[in-house]
Amino acid sequence: MIDQSLVLAGIKIVALVGGIMTSAAYFVLLERRVAAWVQDRHGPNRVGIPLTKIRLFGLGQPLADGLKMIFKEEYTPAHVDRRLFWLAPIVIMAAALAIFAVIPFGSSLPPIPRLGIDEPIPLVVAPMVDVGLLYVFALSSVAVYGVKLGGWASNSKYSFLGGLRSSAQMIAYELPLGLGILGIVLTSSSLGLNDIMDRQSSTGVWFILSQPLGFMVFLIAAFAEAARLPFDLPECEQELIGGYHTEYAGMELLLFLTAEFIHMITASFLITIMFLGGWHLWGLTGAPDAALTWPLALLRIAVFNAKIFGVIMFFMLVRWTWPRFRFDQLMTLAWKVMLPLGILNLVTVAVLREVLHPSHLGSSMSQGGQLMLECTVGWSVAIGAWALVAWIGPTVSDNHPRLDVRSMEVDPQI
Amino acid sequence: MREDDPDIKWVEEPQLGLAGRMYLPLLVGGLTTTFKYLLRPKVTVSYPDEEPRIDAHEIYRGVHRLNRDERGRVKCVACFLCATACPAHCIDIIGVESPWEDREKYPESFTIDELRCIYCGMCEEACPVDAIELTSLYNLTGRSREEMIFDKEKLLSVYDATKETERMKSTEPERTP
Repeated sequence: MIDQSLVLAGIKIVALVGGIMTSAAYFVLLERRVAAWVQDRHGPNRVGIPLTKIRLFGLGQPLADGLKMIFKEEYTPAHVDRRLFWLAPIVIMAAALAIFAVIPFGSSLPPIPRLGIDEPIPLVVAPMVDVGLLYVFALSSVAVYGVKLGGWASNSKYSFLGGLRSSAQMIAYELPLGLGILGIVLTSSSLGLNDIMDRQSSTGVWFILSQPLGFMVFLIAAFAEAARLPFDLPECEQELIGGYHTEYAGMELLLFLTAEFIHMITASFLITIMFLGGWHLWGLTGAPDAALTWPLALLRIAVFNAKIFGVIMFFMLVRWTWPRFRFDQLMTLAWKVMLPLGILNLVTVAVLREVLHPSHLGSSMSQGGQLMLECTVGWSVAIGAWALVAWIGPTVSDNHPRLDVRSMEVDPQI
Repeated sequence: MREDDPDIKWVEEPQLGLAGRMYLPLLVGGLTTTFKYLLRPKVTVSYPDEEPRIDAHEIYRGVHRLNRDERGRVKCVACFLCATACPAHCIDIIGVESPWEDREKYPESFTIDELRCIYCGMCEEACPVDAIELTSLYNLTGRSREEMIFDKEKLLSVYDATKETERMKSTEPERTP
């Protein structure tokens, strides 16, 4: 007799991996369509059901793309370090998928007594992990290894530069990424993603409302971690021909590209869970301890997915809005702006926690008053800090040629 | 490069205002623009499904035609100016003595190799009697090279096919005396 929870976990893994891979493929299509729409084009809209003339708005495109990639020659250049070259895509893909073990994709399903399941089914593969956030961060650091291995093992200058840039960027932005969520961990006093969602749904105040500064820091750092524009320096196609995956072809390249898209999906999941309230929507999804029914559970999943979709659309629109940063600007932004802002957010939240502790002010204020105070302080600190940064302006760097600065003696031949 | 070179114009980059330094107002502005374009009608013409609209057929350079005069004769006077002007040497004319009293010569044969033609429009410019013109027919295809060498009858039939939709570019041809 197989343990019931194992069967359930297996089903969840199948559903999740299938869902993630399929949605990654379709998000690639969506990205291409959005890119086209933003540029007044149609985008890939012709591939439909194979062998028929039905076009279905190009929904067959992921299938065609996948087939193309699979049937391409798996070319390995002679100058690469073969073992690491093979390992890199596996590492990046495995890490990207393994993250989803602790990421909830809804609240829970009601029990199904007919199948002998008497407990509500939590919609997460590993439900009892208390340190979900630590796990996510550990694995996203492992994913950087895939990038570095790819860049190193390719033994080519473009890949190497891409790998170097990527390591510098990931290390720089992991600090603000962590600082952005520390405030949330303090407030909800848990590292579990479900607890963080429950906290937001029970108070009704999403963390974007009470910690806008943390949200900004986390959002920007998430863009950088996912290597999306305007932070796609590890692979900028114009300068580095794809960076660390220049030398890859066929299925290996597909693994890299899919893993990158999964990173973006992961970032959207985390943003939604931690700052946008997860499955919670005021007046629609009920209290977290409300009796679970099938419509409610499905509604929560729908709300959750709608939010994730919105965040991904935001990612895609930003890609066509902002140009890429220069590398020194990227570093300045990380170390001189995001890091202090993240620390400020952490200090603000910590002070608020202390002030609102029951032994201080907490006992004399109602819960609504406390939340109101949190939001007010959060927003005023965010706006003040942001304006201060703008006023000091550490990111405004100037390297264009100037008349009043004599250049070095130039060869008259030039 | 000399800094005091008079040909170099030095400009100062405008200072960023507070909105520019705060990033967010500009980001919102940029996102608004992006979003506006997302919803705008697309400019792409899905060609085999829909035909492109050619508004100014006077300046479009497609397949050639040989115009007819009011009596239905070919307008060409076999002066060879178009063949001389043609940079691709794709026009081949055999001129013979004209049976009509208003001109000395007329083309017995007039062939254009449409595969060799680069559609530059110089023949049209060179023609003194506005006999050769480029139409707005753009989807010119054929199954063989021979098929793509247009002779006089074919070129005249292009005129017959397009004269309703595209008027002759000059209705009052100047006759050589």
